[in-house]
This record gives sequence, structure tokens and C-alpha cells, in this order.
Amino acid sequence: MNLELNVHTLHYSQVNRILRKAIEEGKVNFKLYGVNGHRYLAAGISKKVKIEIYGTPGLDLGAFMKGPEIIVYGNSQDGAGNTMDDGKIVIHGMGGDVIGYGMRGGKIHLYSDAGYRVGIHMKAYMDKVPVIIIGGKAGDFLGEYMAGGIIILLGMFSRYPEKPIAGLFLGTGMHGGAIYIRGKVKESFLGAGLKPYPLTSEDEKLLETHLKEYCEDFNLNLSEIFKADFIKIIPYTHRPYGKLYAY
Amino acid sequence: MGTPQFSTFYPDFYIERLENRCIKCKRCVKECTYEAHLWDEKKKILKEDHTKCIGCHRCEAMCPTKAIIIKPHPSQFREHANWTPWFIKNIYKQADQGGVLLTSTGCAVPIKNYFDHLVLDACQVTNPPIDPLREPMELRTYIGSKPSGIEVEEVNGKFRLKKPLPPLIKLEIPVMFAAMSFGAISLHVHQGLARAARDLGTLYNTGEGGLHASLYEYGSNTIVQCASGRFGLHVDYLNAGVAIEIKIGQGAKPGIGGHLPGEKVTEEISKTRMIPVGSDALSPAPHHDIYSIEDLRGLIFALKEATEYKKLVFVKIAAVHNVAAIASGIVRAGADAVVIDGLKGGTGAAPTMFRDYIGIPIELAISAVDKRLREEGLRHMTSIIASGGIRCSADVVKAIALGADAVYIGTAALIAVGCSMCQRCYTGKCPWGIATNNPELIKRLPPEVAYEKIYNLVHAWGHEIKEMLGAMGLNSIESLRGNRDKLRAVGLTKEEMEILEVKHAGEV
Repeated sequence: MNLELNVHTLHYSQVNRILRKAIEEGKVNFKLYGVNGHRYLAAGISKKVKIEIYGTPGLDLGAFMKGPEIIVYGNSQDGAGNTMDDGKIVIHGMGGDVIGYGMRGGKIHLYSDAGYRVGIHMKAYMDKVPVIIIGGKAGDFLGEYMAGGIIILLGMFSRYPEKPIAGLFLGTGMHGGAIYIRGKVKESFLGAGLKPYPLTSEDEKLLETHLKEYCEDFNLNLSEIFKADFIKIIPYTHRPYGKLYAY
Repeated sequence: MGTPQFSTFYPDFYIERLENRCIKCKRCVKECTYEAHLWDEKKKILKEDHTKCIGCHRCEAMCPTKAIIIKPHPSQFREHANWTPWFIKNIYKQADQGGVLLTSTGCAVPIKNYFDHLVLDACQVTNPPIDPLREPMELRTYIGSKPSGIEVEEVNGKFRLKKPLPPLIKLEIPVMFAAMSFGAISLHVHQGLARAARDLGTLYNTGEGGLHASLYEYGSNTIVQCASGRFGLHVDYLNAGVAIEIKIGQGAKPGIGGHLPGEKVTEEISKTRMIPVGSDALSPAPHHDIYSIEDLRGLIFALKEATEYKKLVFVKIAAVHNVAAIASGIVRAGADAVVIDGLKGGTGAAPTMFRDYIGIPIELAISAVDKRLREEGLRHMTSIIASGGIRCSADVVKAIALGADAVYIGTAALIAVGCSMCQRCYTGKCPWGIATNNPELIKRLPPEVAYEKIYNLVHAWGHEIKEMLGAMGLNSIESLRGNRDKLRAVGLTKEEMEILEVKHAGEV
């Protein structure tokens, strides 16, 4: 039921072929060693399997995937969880740019910092709600065009103490979903028309549920995280550009 | 009194009701989704509000006694060659509402149409034309990347290919249906397109709005689309068709993303797109994971990996100034087909300035791309699919002679199902039941009717194309591709002819 593999000398295409074949044969637990920039690992795989990655996965880790749980013991490059549909990605390090672009479901738990353009155009429908939790800080355009889902930004485990918790244009054009931030952001960093709100009791419950799981993933103390207050950023309208046109 | 709304003072159209024919059945009131026809219950008369008429002609067509005529409004501004009513009224609209002018369909400005300056050749005396009714004539076209060469080996006295060929898509006619999303057009039109594509041996394109469950059975005739909004994009969808089209740009609105106005985001659309009901479905201008050719390669191979290299990946761009160099990059990035959408390409919603003034005509773009790819030795590695303003089968023939492998038609297919080009697709009120998902309105165009009309159109074009090929002495569309010798220019400058690589009429 398990497969351990050192992929150091293999091309990403070979690794994915091996994964797919093993999954077809009924294997559900994978350990990949020697991962070094391999692109597209587990892309498009729609089975509930567990893949542990040792090293640094390359572009588009788990893109379009629907079901797998991926745990990265290392950093990850750009595009992790690109248009991902379901499953979970846990990264014990930093992530690159464009994490969770157009994400439709599932979870991404990132221990440390994220790059630019994270969670752009996340979506949600009914109970299918994607979640991204970032333990460190995030670059510009976090949650831009967001149409649904949840982003939680902690700013606690960052390698960049001098940087603000989130970059510019935070949530620009968002028309659904919510971004929760531990601490404060300058209002000038928010997308046009957006405002920070205090949490409701429902928000607190929701945060607790998601952060509990996050703490279990990284062996963290939940009460430490709740030592600071959170703010919430939600769309001020579901049609931010509705009045843009003349008919 | 409030602020005067200048834009409401001067209607575009005039509804003429022939009183001697009108039987007051109120059909017009029922048909008009813009409430231009009104029934006065007190006086028992029908009235018109000309300002609301958008010129769709639905009432005129449906009136049982043919008592209605829709005309341009006779009221006129003083003539001025520069300040035509179009510009005057647009300024009134913007002064009233302070917004970006929004419109639909393709470029409405009479920018030179190069198809209309190109004529085709025919055989006379020295070599005989071919009659497609009596002799074989092939329109079959293969889309995809062809190898530079093939290696053959002999096994047990039989020859076979050493390496399998990369996947190719077989088209029985090089006319496909352009991306029009579920949301922009009704499910019925999608069903009609899908069925017609299957029966014609061609492909239709889902656009970026996802795929309705009822359409998965047409998979082998389906192109799915991956656009910047990533709407309805999941792995089952990616695997549903035979090709995945990465939409970078659209001829009607190069440089900006798709825009499905909130008016059209119903419960069903909200579900497939996973966005709130009534919100605008906004596709970002760029794909935020593509900022370079290298990034494009990243997405092309992400899609190929996710679908185990079973699907072709197309990349669609708008025809812009630098189209040839961009196309070259796209081929190098690994695209199996480059789709070029010209200035006249249609849309369900675009800012008027973009629709009318951004991008270059498709004729010039096809030729420029074909030439560039040939020069760089890349032409065989990709197919060129041209779209934007293909109005008739002769346009198809000319596009292929300029270097395209196949074309997409969008607007032509919609006109085939009754569209009268009122250019108001963005309102969601399409009185012909085409560009709407209002459950009552879509009943006006049942899927069987859509299928029959679209099938008829393309079937007829197929026959015309065969006739034109036969007249030129060709018996296969493959012999026409890039064959500029079959074209001559009428009234084009030397520069234009150089770009098109055609001679002037009269030259030999």
C-alpha cells in the first residue's frame, strides 16, 4: 500500500506516471525523496492518497488535483494548488507566488511566507469552500478578484521581520469570500473600497476550527495564535465593478 | 425636475404599427423583453416607447398579421461628417451615466476588410476544374503538432512507425465553433452547437463557463477552455474534451479579461462558475500564473500533465501588433495549435472602445503568423486556427489560403439561430433566446432548432468550399493551405500585399 521513491534523477513526467500507475494498483501512501524542482507533482490526480514530499517541489504542485493530501517537508515553488479542486497541501516552509490561483476547494496550509498574487480568484459554492492559511507574511495582491473561500494570514512565522504582514492591493476587486488577518493592516494597503471589520462570534468559531487543524499540522499552540486580535476583510459589494458601465 | 437624461431623448429605432393590420393580440407586448410595446388597459390600445426599442426585430418577426415595421428613427441631427449620431449619442450616454461604454458582437467600425479585397482563382481551359459532385473532394484537416519526420521499421515483413505519432484531431470540415460560454449563451445553443459539431465531424468550444452535465456525451467534439477566471475548471472538465484551449485574449477585447455581467449570473450559472448569484463574473486581464512565454509553457504542461498528454492544448490570443512574434513564442512553449482572433471577433460583452479599435484584422494576422512560423521552421509544429469576422464560406477559403489550418465561427453560428445583431447580449434579455439564461426566454430557441440551423449552415458552407476548391482545380483542402497563389488582391497597396504575400489582380 506504500511506495517510497527517490526521484532525484527522474523527470517530473516519469514521477507522475509512476504515481498514477501505483495509485491505479491501489497504493495510497507515497514518500518522494530527492524532490528538486520537479514540476506538476500530482497534477490532476483525483484520488484520496497521501503524498509526502522531501525537498523542494517545482511549479504547480498539485495543480487541478481533486483529493490527494500532499505534505511538503521543505519549501515549494510557484503555483502550488493552482486551480485545485479538492484535497490538501501542507507546506513546512515557504511557498512561492500564485498559490491557490482560482482554487475551488480543499485546503492549503503554509507554515511560513507566501509570495505575490496568492489566492487570486478563489471561488466557493454552497459547502465547497477553499481555505488557505499562511503562517508567515504575504506579498502584493493577496486575494485579488476573490469570489469565495477563506484566506487566513497569521504573519507569525516569517523570515522577513521588516516587511508588513501583507502587500499592496490586498483583496482588490474581491466580490465574495473573506480574508482574516492576525493583527492590523494599513488601510492604504487594501484594495479600493475595502475596509477591515472586527470578527463576529461566528467568525471566531470558524477561525478556531480552521486554525486548530493548522496547529495540528505544524505542532503549534492554538492559544499562541489567538493572543492577538484578528480583523476581517470582506467585499463591500458583490459587484465591485457593476457601476463601471454606461448602457 | 431631475437632471435631463439626454441619451433618452433620441431613440435609435422607430416602431411603426400598421393600424389596419393590427388585431391587438398583444403578442408584441409579450415578445418584447425591453418593454418597448405597451398595452393601455384603460384605452384598450397598444402603445410604443421608441426609446426602449433596441432593434432586435423580434416583434416584427412574431407579429401574426405583420403589422409592425422597425425602422431607423427618422428624427435626424444636422448632418456632420465627423460628429455622426453614433458619437453624439455615446457622449450623451456617458454624460448621463459616467461609465465605460459597453457593447456586444464584433468591431462595428468599417475598418478595411481585407477578405473583400481578395479574389479567388479558377481553372479555365489549361487545367480542368473538378466537380465535387462527381469526384472525391477532401475537406479533412488534422489539427495538432506534426513531427518533423517519421521513422519506419520493418517487423516481420510489415512496415510500421517506430514511434507513435503525437495525438491529432481529425476535422471533417475546417470550420469549428468558437468559444462562447454557458452563461454568455443559453444551454440550448450549447446543446445545438455540440450536436451539430458531432454530426458535422468538427468541434465546438465550451468557452470559459464550464460544461453542463448534459454535454459530456459530446466529449470527442469538445474543446474546453481554461481562461483567467478559471470558471468551471476542474479535472473532469479538462478531461471531458479532446483539446484544452488556454484563452489569453479575445479579438473583441484584447488586453482585458472576460466579463459576464451580474444580470446573467443566475442560480445555475452561479453553480457552474462558483461565484455569488448576481455578481459579475470577472476574468482577470492576465492569467496571474502567466507573465511570460516561460510561464505559458508552465501552464501548457501543467494541463498536459494533468490530462496525461491525451489532450491537445491550444492557445488563443487576440491579433495584435506583434502577433507573429507572440505566436512564435506560443509554439515554442508547446502549444499544439495557435488560435488567432482578429479585430472583428465577437463577444457577449466588451467595452465599445476595445471592440472597435483594438487589435488588427485577422487576414493580416494569419498571413504574418504563417510566414513567421515558416521562416522559423516551426509551422509543422502547430496548427493555425483563425477567427474573428468569418462571414461566409469564401472567407473560410481565403483564410486557409492565407495560411490557416481551420477557422472558428461564432457570430455566424448565432446568426444562424436567429440573432439579428442588436448588439445587446450583455443585458441578458436576448429576445431571441440566444444570449440569455432566463428560463422563459431560452424556450424561444429549443435545442433541436439550434442544432438544425447550425448544421444546415455549416453543411452548406462545406459544399460551397468543395465547389470553390474544385473550381480552382484542387481536390483537397490541404492543397489550399497557405497557397497564396490562389488569391489576388484588388485595390490593396504594395505594403498590404507584401504582408498578405499576394499578388495584385492582373499580375501573373
